[in-house]
Amino acid sequence: MATIVNPKKAVAVNPLKQSQPLGAALAFLGLKGLMPLFHGSQGCTAFAKVMLVRHFREAIPLSTTAMTEVTTILGGEDNVEQAILTLVEKSKPEMIGLCTTGLTETRGDDMEGILRTIRQRNPQLDGLPIIFASTPDFRGALQDGYAAAVESMVKTVPRSEQVKPEQITVLMGSAFTPGDTEEIKEMVKAFGLEPIVVPDHSTSLDGHLSDSYSAVTTGGTSYTQLCDVGRSRFTLALGESMRNAAAILQERFGTPYKVMNQVTGLSAVDNLMQLLANLSEMKVPESYRHQRCQLQDAMLDTHFFFGRKRVALALEPDLLASVVAFLQSMGAEIQAAVTTTKSPLLEKLPIPSVTLGDLEDLEQLAIGADLLIANSNGARVSRKLNIPLYRMGMPIFDRVGNGLFTKVGYRGTMRVLFDIGNLFLEQEEKNATH
Amino acid sequence: MKITQGKINELLNESACEHNHNKESKGKNKSCTQQAQPGAAQGGCAFDGAMIALVPITDVAHLVHGPIACAGNSWGSRGSLSSDAKLYKMGFTTDLNENDVIFGGEKRLYKAILEVQQRYQPAAVFVYSTCVTALIGDDLDAICQKAAEKTGIPVVPVNSPGFIGSKNLGNRVGGESLLEYVIGSAEPEFTTPYDINLIGEYNIAGELWGVLPLFEKLGIRVLAKITGDAKYQEICTAHRAKLNVMICSKALINMARKMEERYGIPYVEESFYGVEDMNRCLRNIAAKFGDPELQERVEQLIIEETANLDRALAPYRARLNGKRVVLYTGGVKSWSIISAAKDLGMEVVATSTKKSTEEDKARIRELLGADGIMMEKGNAQELLRVIEQTKADMLIAGGRNQYTALKARIPFLDINQERHHPYAGYVGMIEMAKELEEALYSPVWAQVRQPAPWEQAEQSLVEVL
Repeated sequence: MATIVNPKKAVAVNPLKQSQPLGAALAFLGLKGLMPLFHGSQGCTAFAKVMLVRHFREAIPLSTTAMTEVTTILGGEDNVEQAILTLVEKSKPEMIGLCTTGLTETRGDDMEGILRTIRQRNPQLDGLPIIFASTPDFRGALQDGYAAAVESMVKTVPRSEQVKPEQITVLMGSAFTPGDTEEIKEMVKAFGLEPIVVPDHSTSLDGHLSDSYSAVTTGGTSYTQLCDVGRSRFTLALGESMRNAAAILQERFGTPYKVMNQVTGLSAVDNLMQLLANLSEMKVPESYRHQRCQLQDAMLDTHFFFGRKRVALALEPDLLASVVAFLQSMGAEIQAAVTTTKSPLLEKLPIPSVTLGDLEDLEQLAIGADLLIANSNGARVSRKLNIPLYRMGMPIFDRVGNGLFTKVGYRGTMRVLFDIGNLFLEQEEKNATH
Repeated sequence: MKITQGKINELLNESACEHNHNKESKGKNKSCTQQAQPGAAQGGCAFDGAMIALVPITDVAHLVHGPIACAGNSWGSRGSLSSDAKLYKMGFTTDLNENDVIFGGEKRLYKAILEVQQRYQPAAVFVYSTCVTALIGDDLDAICQKAAEKTGIPVVPVNSPGFIGSKNLGNRVGGESLLEYVIGSAEPEFTTPYDINLIGEYNIAGELWGVLPLFEKLGIRVLAKITGDAKYQEICTAHRAKLNVMICSKALINMARKMEERYGIPYVEESFYGVEDMNRCLRNIAAKFGDPELQERVEQLIIEETANLDRALAPYRARLNGKRVVLYTGGVKSWSIISAAKDLGMEVVATSTKKSTEEDKARIRELLGADGIMMEKGNAQELLRVIEQTKADMLIAGGRNQYTALKARIPFLDINQERHHPYAGYVGMIEMAKELEEALYSPVWAQVRQPAPWEQAEQSLVEVL
């Protein structure tokens, strides 16, 4: 049981946290043919876009209602309308993902009312789904905005009839990469099940070369797939922050669900495999049995380097909890944990305390640790304290291949084991030669 | 300094900015005053612009008063380098929560300034307001003044809520804060007859370091760098310079004009990109000082530098000669880079003129030649169309268009503020030539354009059928 520490300071120094709208944008980018739209000043969009571009090294569709001082005071209805009409004309999206920002939430624009009026005035928009999420910057963090967007996706789904017995819905939380999503899809399909993944970044942010230019997302969950979610026989929610969305699906369609926060580590992946085997009434395929043996071997090879190592973490709650459990399962100790936002996971963490804080807090708590795990901004702490950094979370701008980096499943677990194992090994070699 | 609508209009209608000349005529370029279009706007906000202009001051704590988005999504991402202090690289924000929004953020801001001062001992604290703190009516100026009295260090308010306008306007807002609170607040230890300020050069990728040695050789002292690799103290003394040199930017022209009014410092507008422009820059500075000996030294330096450069560039020129380039960037760069490309024997077949003034456009016309295309408007699709139409070999543009080019399998060079290589001055030309050559001749192009063997087989099958 962890104590949650909330440092009493008025200033955040080197923030770890990012805003809710950025999280919502990330979620929206996993739907196909979609254009995310921030209802705020043009800078809200520009900053989020730059961060996403730097992290994924991809062109990122993201637009703005371009609120000014005057339109903010008068109310944003005209800007929202004009933005939607302009996007429809210029980018021809199949869906729009709309979210608010700190600016328009402070003003208190009545978004439901605004959207209703816009729909009344513009019957030509009838066929265009607009998925709306309320995401004030002054509350929560990236993970919360992401969850809010996924919740509004599953609320937008129309009612549908008959259950398809082979179809399951997979809700992917903000802790997962496009590569993770791809791995999960493969696993589910290997059991003869048909996954509908919401949101599906494995075809939209994975980084692939195609022949045509597009102003909107080129891959992801299509609207047709989204509409079919009500027919799934089961919801697999990956990430604790996906629990509400899964509960909404249960409430609306009676779909049973299971939340799994962790899909890295031997027993975590075993649990997923067993669940898929039960759902499909199929045996675990031979290839995964073999991968499992490989992972066992890898754990034996690497456990020398993990034992009693002290690790300091600065990650969003879902990812933090998963990494804590994984490291402990390898014999490492958690020296410090810093996170961004509240979550029911935090107080259940099997560590003494977790700090809702920033990278200044990490710098103080990490002294003497053997490894840091944080986003690229942790590099400064790493240099200052002379402790190696393993990059996880967002943004990662000083490493390539972030989209396809895969940490889930037996193979993903091995990747993380070897990456971190090599960092420890390198340190030991360095210390030995001194 | 309050930011009122009157102040904003004054900055938007800056008289020294050519965007605002010929007010009534059709030729007036509206890019200073036009508002961002909902659904179409792409650029940053005024807050972003103010940060771009001021964050390069290295020994200052830059504190953002707002919710997490403004600093949390952007801190540490700017490419200005420092030769010494690293404080400017840190992200400070009041990270407002819901309570602050309801009850006001002034108390938190005051405490935040004190905490920053205690923990990091900055030369000064710059405090940036944002949309939310402007909307809830926090009195930035009063809090800054109170905190300055308490801490004994300068606390400079920058009233830069994003919703007042574009990045460009934000640059000028940043400049106004320097004029109001910083410049003229201290005296230099000594002055020389050849003191200049550089305005609008942010030391992206260390560009300044390719140019400063030239001034040193000539006996010209750079009194204040505004703001690349600057210390707070040097900007305080900027009012004692004999000449302001505006670099590659209309963004801070309000500073140059007002310093001329207040302190009688004349200014010249120059560029560090390309041999011709670098030569012109040094000659113009020497001419302004009106010292024949200095002018003689400049000519001597130009002869030496260009001779060295010709030797260094010869192998690159041979490989770059005749290559066709589309250029997509703003303002002054739209012609200064053409000039640099021409120095290397490359042909600029199209360029953007979206943010250019009439004067910029005249120079572009001269440099481009008859067949050159001037793009008034632009988006990714338009850009790809022009590249195809002109059969260009590569795109030179800002980072935002990097993936537009790469996804279309077209070589790309980043020319804007996020780039990692310095292109200014004579040494910068060599760096640019290297990068251009690498981009154009990378062996990946042939590979990524090559269809898979089965695709070729499938294609010929289709043709047979």
